[in-house]
Amino acid sequence: MTELKAAASGVHGRGADEGRRLFQEWFADLTSAAERGEKAAYVFVMGSLVELLRCFDFNIVFPEINSLQTAVRKVSDDYLNLAEDHGFSPDVCGYVKADYAVQLRNGDHPMGRIPPPGLSVLTNACSTYVKWAEIWGRMYQDPVFTMDVPGSRVPVPLIGPNGAHTEVADAVRTIGDSARFEADRTYVEGQIRELIGVCEQVSGVSFDIDRCREVLRLTNQMGRAWRALLELNRNSPAPFDAMLEGTIYLGVANALRGTEEGARYFEDLVEEMEARVAAGMGPHGSGGESHRLVFVGVPCYPIFRRFYELFSEWGGTFATSTYTWFASGGLNLDFEYDLDRPIESLAEGVLRGVIEATDSLMFPDRALLQAIDDYDVEGVVYHPVKSCRTVSTGLAASRRVVLEARDVAALYIESDMMDKRVVSEAQLKNRIDAFFEGLQSRKLRKNRSAAAES
Amino acid sequence: MVYAGGVDVGSTQTKAVIVDESGAIVGRDLIDTGANVVAAAENAFQAALEDGGIRTSDVGFVIGTGYGRYKVEFGDAQVTEIVCHARGAARMFPDTRTVLDMGGQDTKAISIEKGGQVLDFCMNDKCAAGTGRFLQSAAAALGLELDELGPTTQRGKTPVVISTTCTVFAESEVLSWLARGKSVEDILLGVHRSIGSRSFGLLRRVGIEGETTFTGGVAKNQAMVDVMNEIVGTELNVSEESHFMGALGAALFALERAKGAGQPAAVGKEEA
Repeated sequence: MTELKAAASGVHGRGADEGRRLFQEWFADLTSAAERGEKAAYVFVMGSLVELLRCFDFNIVFPEINSLQTAVRKVSDDYLNLAEDHGFSPDVCGYVKADYAVQLRNGDHPMGRIPPPGLSVLTNACSTYVKWAEIWGRMYQDPVFTMDVPGSRVPVPLIGPNGAHTEVADAVRTIGDSARFEADRTYVEGQIRELIGVCEQVSGVSFDIDRCREVLRLTNQMGRAWRALLELNRNSPAPFDAMLEGTIYLGVANALRGTEEGARYFEDLVEEMEARVAAGMGPHGSGGESHRLVFVGVPCYPIFRRFYELFSEWGGTFATSTYTWFASGGLNLDFEYDLDRPIESLAEGVLRGVIEATDSLMFPDRALLQAIDDYDVEGVVYHPVKSCRTVSTGLAASRRVVLEARDVAALYIESDMMDKRVVSEAQLKNRIDAFFEGLQSRKLRKNRSAAAES
Repeated sequence: MVYAGGVDVGSTQTKAVIVDESGAIVGRDLIDTGANVVAAAENAFQAALEDGGIRTSDVGFVIGTGYGRYKVEFGDAQVTEIVCHARGAARMFPDTRTVLDMGGQDTKAISIEKGGQVLDFCMNDKCAAGTGRFLQSAAAALGLELDELGPTTQRGKTPVVISTTCTVFAESEVLSWLARGKSVEDILLGVHRSIGSRSFGLLRRVGIEGETTFTGGVAKNQAMVDVMNEIVGTELNVSEESHFMGALGAALFALERAKGAGQPAAVGKEEA
């Protein structure tokens, strides 16, 4: 074993172990809070306002993470069936239904016990969030604070009364347009100031601007490490699999943003990945990677490990994943909070984060083409999920655009992130095997034509 | 003489093909897969050997394909049926650029380049609408044998519209049309058109280019071929061996391997 490999072996797996420990502690704290009869502030990963909530000593609950954990722990069916027994359609978002069943079971969850909401804070980053929080409002009569965050406004051909195009609106993405962006930021800032009042009222804790600064500083620290982590996967072999390990890291990033242990965790993780890069180690151990891929969508949690293996058995590595962008609460963006103007800057962060998240959903090909180039991938795997139309609707069109714009192969497989009744492993395997057979053929043909040319 | 074998273990039927060193089919067999998939693969292979008068020891390489490909325990490698149907179709009709494979539980549209290399593919989603199973369900509801489907359908004049996409509910829709006095022929024509339009959607997703070859067991149904020709607007290639196309492709890949020991595999996974 070389010195580099020995060094990498010393830290290899540290991030996974530590992440597991932090997650268990987080759920243990929530369980203790629930047992003490305390409530929690509920918040979502896209447009997360967790930094602000931390200033008021709330227990923080991410219902999306709770729901996906039921699938990872292979009990989501119990929760989905209970919600469907109460009249929810099989087509409704599996996250919503699993959470609804958690509430019906008084917070009983495979990781412990979840306290009920005493306050729900959400943005319009996902339209389902709005309906979801209404459910809690009806169940618990908790205050629900919905923040309206303006999105991108792309050029739209204006149609005249006779059906002819009359002009093209000059509205564009507000990022990069200082006047429009500032107007939107001010609009969000006003809502944040309103939310501060609500939080003070619900928690009985006065807002402390210096505490807010400290929380934002810690998120800045975590964000720098998060971006460094994603960047390291541009190496070949990529040191980690963005679909499997990336999703686990994403959970820690959301749950622990704005905390000391969260910031430290990601700095340690970067160190681990740098060691892997130096030793030429990929997620499959010391071997190289046969195929570099990008993953688009949300993973298949009911068979999460097996889903990964269906790709890794062929030497496929996800060098990047759109999930690590749109569900990172803006950590992927080259943006840091300005600690001299914390509230103003928090508004800017929320605005940027939501715009980027919704843009990556609505216009996935834009960032995807860039990622194909940056991460030097040869295949794009689209994974639309039955119960989330928000992330799935545009993928077929994106596939067409990407295939026209880049010389890559694309795989389109559908299952679900929660509902194993619509996950057919045999069918997934068949399609995935055929995809890799095609990738191998492509490589072989390219090698042959390169040999013929030389 | 070098021989090679391909065994296509499908959800409904298992097909085996033996080819000689020129790639010509010298033995074939088709049996129902049944519950014992391992035995089905073995039995079909042995019957194909017998059909060609070839000994097991004369076969240099065997590739398993289809959903049960990993159950071909005597096979040397596995390749998906997507790639195998493409290869088989290209062998039978060298100008093929698009393949429509309609099997028992799935339908695939495959775009290929000259020689049969797969460029893109798409398949029906997780339900069996638009597959052979949909036809079986309709035949059962109407009390017909499968081989009666084609001739009966060809007598249809005014197809009914089958709106459901669910194979299970298709049966009740068929019965409801019967109750409304529609003829069996027109109902079946409607069922075929329903499958045809779903398959056409798959073809359009990969893009219809050059010649299109129709493979799989359903291609033996002339009424389905007629409907597809009409919907696609051109005459599809259909081989007498259409239901053996996956096994043929597998056998052709196996032949390459049998001939070129040490040559890297174009596709497929080696038996562990």
